[in-house]
Amino acid sequence: MTIIARDHQTDRFTSAVSENSPILSVRDLRVHFPIKRGFIVQREVARVRAVDGISFDIYPGETLGLVGESGSGKTTVAKAVIQLTKADVGNVKFEGQELVGMSTPAMRPIRRKIGMVFQDPYGSLNPRMRAGDIIGEPLKVHHLVESRENYQNQVASLLSTVGLSPAMAERYPNEFSGGQRQRLGVARAIAAGPSMLILDEAVSALDVSIQAQVLNLLQDLQEKYNLAYLFIAHDLSVVRHISHRVAVMYLGRIVETADSKDMYENPLHPYTQALLSAVPTPNPIHERSRERIILRGDLPSPIDPPSGCRFHTRCPIATDLCSGTDPHLRTLAPNQLAACLLASGYSEAKGV
Amino acid sequence: MTVDLSVKPLPLLRVRDLRTSFNTPEGKVTAVNGISFDMNHGETLGLVGESGCGKSVSALSIMRLVPNPPGVIECGEVLFEGNDLLKISEREMQLVRGVGIGMIFQEPMSSLNPVLTIGRQITEPLEVHLGLTGTAAENRAAELLEMVGIADSRRRLTDHPHELSGGQRQRVMIAIALSCEPKLLIADEATTALDVTIQAQILELMKNLTTQLGTALLIITHNLGVVARYADRLNVMYAGKIRESGTAEEVYLRPSHPYTVGLLNSVPRLDRPASERLDPIVGEIPDPASLPAGCAFHPRCRWSTSKCGLEDPVLERIQDRQMVACFEAESVARASGLTLY
Repeated sequence: MTIIARDHQTDRFTSAVSENSPILSVRDLRVHFPIKRGFIVQREVARVRAVDGISFDIYPGETLGLVGESGSGKTTVAKAVIQLTKADVGNVKFEGQELVGMSTPAMRPIRRKIGMVFQDPYGSLNPRMRAGDIIGEPLKVHHLVESRENYQNQVASLLSTVGLSPAMAERYPNEFSGGQRQRLGVARAIAAGPSMLILDEAVSALDVSIQAQVLNLLQDLQEKYNLAYLFIAHDLSVVRHISHRVAVMYLGRIVETADSKDMYENPLHPYTQALLSAVPTPNPIHERSRERIILRGDLPSPIDPPSGCRFHTRCPIATDLCSGTDPHLRTLAPNQLAACLLASGYSEAKGV
Repeated sequence: MTVDLSVKPLPLLRVRDLRTSFNTPEGKVTAVNGISFDMNHGETLGLVGESGCGKSVSALSIMRLVPNPPGVIECGEVLFEGNDLLKISEREMQLVRGVGIGMIFQEPMSSLNPVLTIGRQITEPLEVHLGLTGTAAENRAAELLEMVGIADSRRRLTDHPHELSGGQRQRVMIAIALSCEPKLLIADEATTALDVTIQAQILELMKNLTTQLGTALLIITHNLGVVARYADRLNVMYAGKIRESGTAEEVYLRPSHPYTVGLLNSVPRLDRPASERLDPIVGEIPDPASLPAGCAFHPRCRWSTSKCGLEDPVLERIQDRQMVACFEAESVARASGLTLY
């Protein structure tokens, strides 16, 4: 599954297309969490198949949106990429280096190149550290400063890069608003000069007016530093806005992946179609006229996923075939892959 | 705003100049600063705004559930079926909660009692308010669970909340809230914590049930999209006040308060072609303990004039049912009508 980054939004990503080797390449990644029982002798009684064989590439300067509902495994993917969670099977190649199985000291220089921004700007900043020290810590850890003056200059410049005043370096996190805290989180993530950011629900907790500001900031930074983004979110409108390509996850698998424009204009997998039809838009005429695909029931347990296609228990078009055969991602349209036995190219696809 | 009571019949809910404040170490915070609105029987009203705008405190004030101290309902009227809820006794109020007004909150896990079966939690209001006991109550509870779409309802009565998924818990909350067939259902961010596919299920369910039962529905949300499909009318709140109200068509298609325009421009939208950049509202939500003078929105407003920092505009009618609290409403409406549609 290799899709070249396309510049459907602007020309500024053409540079990404010319450097046509991916910055991150994930192959058949599997992360299973054992469930153990027993007091003294623990034995494994079941496994949570959080991530169950997924593959994707991200190119320099490109955003891959990873969407899915809670429990789909998207955060586990992020953790497995930076080796905070051990993958059971699979490969994670970053800038050509294999990360799976790498020792902690060997990982350290890699972590400099991959920044992370988390959902909760309250929980992810140490309340006892000044903003300047929070941002400056990566500079110290990775020995990127020559002198005290140089350190302070770098911190000040990072603060202004994310739209905060350099004078705020002296403040503590509780003196910042939610939006400002998330800007701090972004400043910390870019401090050590990464080439990729993993953004795990980075704007989900923010009020819409602040969310828009942070999204614009992320786009500016991507342009400025040619950053690759793995943008994990459940909000499909936000993902369309920021992503060049999108991968939809369901129960630990990618069920559809395509260029953002194609995915949103012509979703091919019935799950993607249902997801898109469930996204509310602030337009009463559009909302009242369109048909919603209401999915039955809840997400099944990843401990014991349904046989065959994992979506068949909730799928509006499932047939007997679907409970028996597990579909693989296949190319159904140019640059568009879906894992569905029944989906077929654009002719029958439903628009949203 | 004066209302001629002699002409129109009294609406189901009439809120007038409601003001609720909290005493905090930083000083008095007026969370709800004089709001007035009506709701008719069977109507669906959306109350929209960002965190801290006072939308939840408005609902809690209507239900008289504001924790006191530190909260105080300072003044105002909440006329429900003609009775001022702020004047009746606590005992009478308990009857209103449940039989008159049902409420659903954001977090179903913390609203349900974790140690009681869901059957017990549904039968409790039936017992207290309708005098149903034993098998009769149980039958009704099973019926209610079925109504909210929980399969195998009789067996599920013995389940505890942790045995249900987030969506199912919210269904149970709806069953409890509607158990005594209230005239008004208040849903405070009831679908915010849910995944989009489950959110769609729950919204459809709430709308269908309230339509069937003729219940009025007050949807409180920060997500303008959530209410677009369901709300007949909309109130947009900012810093404790209603800044714009009108029918859904009026507010969404011809937003006339700069804040409403800003909110609509801040969200990426699937109903429009992908845009390169968002056009967010500048600045931050103000500290409720020290709101800007004049119109609280003026420091973030691109239409603001010198007048806006001195005087706080009141809600005024600009067309049919649309009311806007902005000196520049006419030009905002003209501009938004052009840029948005």
